[in-house]
Order: sequence, then structure tokens, then C-alpha cells
Amino acid sequence: MIKKILCTTMFVSIALAFTIGEATAETLALLTWKGYAPKNLVEKFQKETGIEVKATYTNNEEMIAKLRATRGAGFDLAQPSQDRISSVQEKYNIYQPIDLSKVESGQVISSMLEAVKKNTLVKGKPHAVPFCWGTSGLVVNRKFAADVQDYNDLLNEKYAGRISYRLKRPTLIALAFAMGKDPFALYGDAEAYQALMEKVGQAMIEGKRLVKNYWTNGDALLESMRSGEVNVAMAWDGAGWKLNAENQDIDFLAPRSGALGWIDTFALPAKAKNIDAAYKWINFILRPENAAAFTNMEKYGTASNGAIKLTDAAVRGNFERSFPPEAIDNIKWYPPVPAKLEAIEGKILDKVKAAQ
Amino acid sequence: MKRQTRWGLFLFITPVLLWLFLLIVLPHIDLLIMSFRTENDSGDMMWSVSNYLNFFHEPIYWLTFVRTAIYSVLVTLLTFIIALPVAFYITKVVAPRFQGFLTLLLLLPFWVSELVRVYGWMILLRESGVFNHFLLKLGILNKPIEMLYNDATMVLGLVYTSMLFMVVPLLSVMESLDNSLIEAAYDLGANMWTILFRIIIPHATPGIVSGSIVVFMLTLGNYLTPNLIGGKNSLWFTEQIYNQFIASFNWNQGAAFGFLLLFLSSIAVWLGLKLTKQSLRKVVQ
Amino acid sequence: MQIDLSVRNVTKKFQEFTAVDSVSFEVEKGRFFSILGPSGCGKTTLLRMIAGLTEPSSGTIEIRGESMIGIPPNKRPVNLIFQHLALFPMMKVGENIAFGLQRRGENKTVIKKKVQAILERVDLLGFENKKIDQLSGGQKQRVAIARCLVLEPAVLLLDEPLGALDLKLREQMKVELKKLQAKVGTTFVYITHDQSEALVMSDSVAVMNHGEFEQIDTPQNLYNKPKTPFVAQFVGDNNAWSGRVRQCNESTIEVETVDGFIFSTKVKETLQPGTEVDLFLRPEAMLIQPDPNISNLNRFEVVVKSILFDGANSQLLANPLNADTELLIALPQNRQYDYIQVNDKIEIGWDEESGICFPRK
Repeated sequence: MIKKILCTTMFVSIALAFTIGEATAETLALLTWKGYAPKNLVEKFQKETGIEVKATYTNNEEMIAKLRATRGAGFDLAQPSQDRISSVQEKYNIYQPIDLSKVESGQVISSMLEAVKKNTLVKGKPHAVPFCWGTSGLVVNRKFAADVQDYNDLLNEKYAGRISYRLKRPTLIALAFAMGKDPFALYGDAEAYQALMEKVGQAMIEGKRLVKNYWTNGDALLESMRSGEVNVAMAWDGAGWKLNAENQDIDFLAPRSGALGWIDTFALPAKAKNIDAAYKWINFILRPENAAAFTNMEKYGTASNGAIKLTDAAVRGNFERSFPPEAIDNIKWYPPVPAKLEAIEGKILDKVKAAQ
Repeated sequence: MKRQTRWGLFLFITPVLLWLFLLIVLPHIDLLIMSFRTENDSGDMMWSVSNYLNFFHEPIYWLTFVRTAIYSVLVTLLTFIIALPVAFYITKVVAPRFQGFLTLLLLLPFWVSELVRVYGWMILLRESGVFNHFLLKLGILNKPIEMLYNDATMVLGLVYTSMLFMVVPLLSVMESLDNSLIEAAYDLGANMWTILFRIIIPHATPGIVSGSIVVFMLTLGNYLTPNLIGGKNSLWFTEQIYNQFIASFNWNQGAAFGFLLLFLSSIAVWLGLKLTKQSLRKVVQ
Repeated sequence: MQIDLSVRNVTKKFQEFTAVDSVSFEVEKGRFFSILGPSGCGKTTLLRMIAGLTEPSSGTIEIRGESMIGIPPNKRPVNLIFQHLALFPMMKVGENIAFGLQRRGENKTVIKKKVQAILERVDLLGFENKKIDQLSGGQKQRVAIARCLVLEPAVLLLDEPLGALDLKLREQMKVELKKLQAKVGTTFVYITHDQSEALVMSDSVAVMNHGEFEQIDTPQNLYNKPKTPFVAQFVGDNNAWSGRVRQCNESTIEVETVDGFIFSTKVKETLQPGTEVDLFLRPEAMLIQPDPNISNLNRFEVVVKSILFDGANSQLLANPLNADTELLIALPQNRQYDYIQVNDKIEIGWDEESGICFPRK
């Protein structure tokens, strides 16, 4: 009988496999985040170059795992965060150095380009160029949670059942800052770092019953905030601003202990096939008008020089509203993550998830 | 002539063998080797069983496995309890011309992907979802309640996902049950429960066992449903494997967990077969 | 005599179709009662209504004076032996037999004793730990009977239980079943389409057709004095000859057949000349080359078409001279008629007493 079931399943999957057609046009296999390859820009790029962009949406961790599994094959261009490149590259060798001469560097804000270059230096060669940047902080529905100030409100009894955050490393880092510690300073000291993380984990376990859910999908989080199921969430600024456009009560808030600043980049997988197309895409999307279109849609700032002038006033307003000058100075930029920290964090997160 | 047929067979079977070897055997060997490798303090890889020992030393790992296994057994049991009347109804009660139609109705939800089905449940059950909306409208509730993110809903989702794999073997085994056996038992003085436990279930045992094995294995290996519906409290063992691979970058540990899942679930199935006195050969037929 | 089973005006309709049409009969205690009819005549439906597996549309069924309407099968003092026996393959012989007793909640030692006793009665002592699929056809038959008899039902219903057996075994089981019924004294209601089973075993037989009973009688009377053309034709072999009454004087009529023969035969009722009739003649009523001295014989000549040799049941297939009517004529195997060959012309004679005439409807 099991045979019968297996046969049916097999038959169905074979049938499915045949229906997936083969592409013939030149393609760019892009491993990226949701929203980073907007449909209209993809179409525009194809019209300009004839190259079809095939995007796979994922997150930092899965990006690394995917490339590690194939030793850097299967994709022409990836978009990891700048702090997750150097140690991964040293260990698994999944990227290849980027040739900055092929990037139209005039289009890129030079300070950001330099910072990314420095942070992704492996064996003396840079491995990434910046694409966009943003921060993680709090997205709050002011109508129901007017007093939210800092990350530790994610553990606040007052908002029980209305809280959501990801069960991922940024949450650990954020809560550590909210405790008055600086986890980035402990990056070099694995033992101290572990002790701090255990403390954070303990606090998360205690606060677990207050959480509505641990979100994994950005769209699902937006839906939860829209419907009022969640009023306090840790999320990206872009997400908060998107919601603000729909509902004035909801907005992004730079927490008192500092928003966490990230820069997402372009990096070339070690066995990328269509490197030319990858550079074409980088130069295309960093062109000010295209970068501005991206910003208008996703609300994240870009590394494109001059794009800011082309963005909507509302987008600029978002930034000014959420980031008064002292909040900008207070942004905690992620330094490159040394190896081994992920294993420490993974175990803590497992414990939090397993706790009842 | 004989030589030719043998070549023909060889030609026919080669792709299958290659497929089996390249896509199933080889990766498993790779994973098996990986599961016995571990990183020492200086960052070099060395042979070790510590990945396996970790499972037993660290309570959150084996407790998660136990939790997953217990819930899988529960899901299997519930699926069986729901599927049996359904199969009975389709094969014995309803007019034969509707049988095909009803079976098709059962199959229909499985044409869409599990992800879509799970999101469907989430739309129905979430705090701002369809059920709550109607319950509020009808005045049964005065304030919406969150029906997602608990174990009961997770079990519901898993049972729903597994239904088909229990109903199909039960349908075929019930089809072969002679109606007159039920009537004879009834005639000899049996009531409904006696007929169920003495006639129907013993007759259906091979189907029940094969359905149960499939449902148990699928549930144990499920990732989406516990993760999405179960929410914050639903650590499933597969998620731990995922976390080892993805979040902790510890493929060696993940591989060891994978093999433990394979090994321990095989033991569970073997135990189930022993307890019901069924042979695998009979069930697999 | 006590009446064990009484069925009055029972009708069963399935939507437009009437399966059983106002059937009434009674069975006395200890009798072997058969219902004989072709397949589709409604006899199984009737039996299932007695067992309680089907509810009648109207009419009453009483068992030992108690109405059974609305009582489910598991509460009725009748048991049914199914066409394919319906032995439980998941249980051993002993468990099969004990099944009904356990449902009654009898205690274990009593059950054990009763199972042993009934096994002995059906000659299966020592079989209680055998599996059902280890038994021969005849043994299964006996287990099915034992499984019901152990419950001492008021009436035992049997739904063609011999149908699945091969001929030899069937003949043997017929006798065995009759003997067993006589021994245990339980009332049997037996349905079959095989007239030989019904005639051999029964005390009385009801012939059923199109949902109605045509005749309830002893086997002898059914054979010798059928009341309807259907019974005449269905019970035993018969030759049918259509014709018209030429003359009628009290109990004897003269019939002219369609192919021009003129026969005289006895009738119970007077038939007006000119009435269309069917004349039935048993094969064994026709004598081959009868003694010229016997009077009162209708005599005519036939041409032998073929010889159907079947041991004691051998027959000749013949046409009357210059006619197409096919006749079956008994051919006694006493070597007296060994000379008869195909295409021979022979004389046939039959007594006026042995023909049966029914007016055509």
C-alpha cells in the first residue's frame, strides 16, 4: 500500500518536473531579499540589456547555506549584509573578490563604499559593494502603545500578546543593547559574548508568554500590524514607514539604545556564471533614478549617490521624523561577525523556542 | 534473444539506479560522513561522535525529539479516528456513483501546495480572521481570541495535512471488506462498537498500519505546519535540524540530527509493527 | 402446533420497484421450510426482512408470536447463514462460534462448553483453533451452521448456503443438512433457486416469482399438482405445449395442439371449448413404445433429434412427426431402449392422468 502511495507521489512529481520549462534567454540568477528586485526595474533592465532577472528571495542565513551547499554555484549575484561576509568567506570560500573597476563608483556614496570595502576585505581583496542600508528598530502602533521607548518594551507586560519579533540574531543584539551592554564590543571574546547572550536568552524565555509570534515573513508581520494583532514589533525601518503611509498611528521608532544599522551589499558567488550580467545589474540599480524608484517603493535608503534628490518628499520625511540628529549618531552599525558566534546564538535561540 | 532483453532491462533501469545513487545514496553518505566530523578548538575538522552525544547530553534536543514523536503519534491516532468513518462512509454507506466524486473531493485540497493550505488555515483562525469575525458577528464572542499559535491548532493543521495519506489506504482496505461480515456480526448480536473493534479494525489492520506509518513519518518530518501554525511554542525536531544548518552554520550537528531522526523514527515504526503483529512486507505490498 | 414464524402481507418497495409483494406464510416449529424462486424474485429481500437487515414497507413479521417490526437484527431470535457464509477470517473457528455467545455476555466456561458441544454435533471436534482459510468448503459450511445454531435461534435462516459448493459436495451437504435439521429440531427457513435442494430437504416449499408466492405446498404436491404454469415449469423439467380446448366433458377435455395433435387429458376445473391452454407433460410421463394393449393413452410419433445421456437422468430430445415442438422424453437406463438411434421414428404414449392443463392468461 505504501508502494501505491509512493508511486502516485513519484508520478505527480515527475509530471511536475516536466512542466517546468527551460529558459533560453540570457539570465541573471539573483539571490536576494524580498523587495530588492522590484518588478518594474526588472522589466526595465530586461528592456535595456535583454537579460532576464531570476530572483530568489531569502535571508542572510539561508543565503549563506545555499551558497555553501553548492560551494558558491547556482547564482550570479548575492546580496548578503556586509557584516556576514568576511568570516563566512574565510571559512567556506563561497564568494569571489569584486572588481571595483567594473563598478561605476561615481554612482556610489564613497564613504559607504569605503566602509563596505574595508569590512569585506579577505586576503586583501574587497568582496562586496553596498546596495542599500537601513536600520532595525521598533515598529509601534502609537494608538495602543504610546509609551514604547526601547527594545526592552518587547518584554514589557503592558503589551502582552501584542508583541512580535524575529527569533534571529538581531533580536539578541538589540536586547543586549537595551540591557545597557555593548555586544559588538564582545565580538572578540566568545566566552563573554556567550555569557551575555545567555542572559539575553533568559530574559527572552521569561518574556516568551508576552509574544504573539516570532515573525519569519515580512509580509505576514505587516499584515499582523495592520490588523492590530501586533502593536509592538522589532522590524526594519522600511517596514514601519510602509505602514505609516497607510496608517498614521503606526511608525518606525529609533529605540533609545540605538537602531541597528545594516548595509546590504552585492557580492559575487565563487562560481557565478554570468558575471557580466551581475555587474550590469549593479550599475543599473545604483543609477540614481532606479535607486530612487527602489527607495520610494521599499523606503530603504540606497548607496546610490544622488538618489536622495530624486526620492519622494514623504520618504525623506520618514527619515527626518524617525531619526532626529542624536538618533542618527546613536545608530549601532553591525561590525563583521566573527566565526563561531552564530553557533552560540543558534543554541540560545533554540532554547528560547523550546521553552514553554 | 535473452541477451537482448537483459540489455534492454539494463538500459531501462540504469537511469533509475543512477538517480537513486546520485540523488539519494551519495548525499546520504556525504551527510553520514559529515555527521561524524566535528571542529576542534583550533578550528580543524576531526572524527568524533560528539555530534551524536550532544543530542543526548543536551535536554532541549532530545526533549524536542520526544515532543515531536509524541505529537506525531497523537496526530497519527487522530488522523486514523477521523479517516476511518470517512473511509467507511465512502465505501459502505454512500451510493457507488458518488464514491468517485467524494474521493475526488478528498483529493482536491492536495492539488494546492502545503504552504497555501497552511496559509488558508491561518486566514481562518487568526485573531483578525474569518472564524473570529463570524463568532463576533453572531455574538458568541465579545472579543476576538487568538486561535493560532498553540499546540491544538498545530495538531489540527497536521491532521488536515495528513488526512489523505490515511484515507487512501483505508479506502482500498475497506473496499475489500465484505458487507456480509458486518451484517453477520450484527445478526449474531453484535452492536456497533463490537463490529468496529472485532470486525472492521482487524480487517483493516494492514491499511491502518501502512497509513499510520506514512502519516507518522510525514508528520515527524513536517516543517511548515508546526512552524507556521504552531508559532512560538512549537519547536519541531525538523526545525532544529534546519537551525543547525542555517542559523548555527553547524552542518555536522545538523547531519547528525538528521540521521538520529531517521534512526529513531525507524525504531518507532518497527515498534509499531511489532505491537500490531504486522510484517513490513505485508504492509508495503 | 406452535407457529415459530408468521409473515403477514409483507411488502417491500424500492422506490418504484416492488421486490416483495404482499407475501404471507407461516412456519410451524421444527419445520424445514424453503422458498424457491429464480434469481431476482425477491426471496433474498424477504429473508433479510425476517432477519431484520431490511425493514419491510408494510406488513408484519412475528417470531413466536412477537412482532419483530422495529427490532434490530442483533435483538432478534433469528440467525442468518449468508450465501458466502460470512465467516470472520480474522478469528479462529472457535472464536467464530463463540462470537454470538460472547455478545450475550455468557460466562467463559459456559461458552467453552457450548462451543465444544456444537462442534461435536457438526463433526468438527478439535477444529476450534484452526483458521478459517484452512478449512474445506464443507467444513466452512458446518462452521457457519454451528455459529448460528449455538445461539439456539427460534428460526434459522439460510440464504443459498450451498450455492458456492461443487456438485458432489452439494449433493452430500443436502442430505447432511436435512439430517442435522431433524437432529436439532430448529425451524429452518431456506431460500434457493435450485429446485432439487428445495425438494430434497423441505417439509414444505413456497415457490416465489416476481415478489409473490405462487404456491406453498409439500414437494410432492408441487411436482405432481402444480397450481400455476410457473410452478409447473419451474419445479422439475416439463414440456409445454400450447393448444386449444376442442371439447370438454366434466373432468376430461380434448385439446388440439398448435401443430395439430389431439390429446385428451384430465382437468380439475371445466374449461369452455375454444379456450387457449398450455399443456404440461413431464418427461417421465411419456412412455417410449408403449404396450399396444394399454388403453387411455394419447399416442403419437416422434423423430429423435438427439440422445442426452446423463446416467439416470438421460433423456431424448425429439420433435413430433411433422412439427417443430421440442420434447424432452425420459430415457430409462434399463438397457431396454439401447436400440434407439438419432433420426429414428418412435411411438410415444402418455396417460390422460399425467397431463396438466392451464388456461392461457
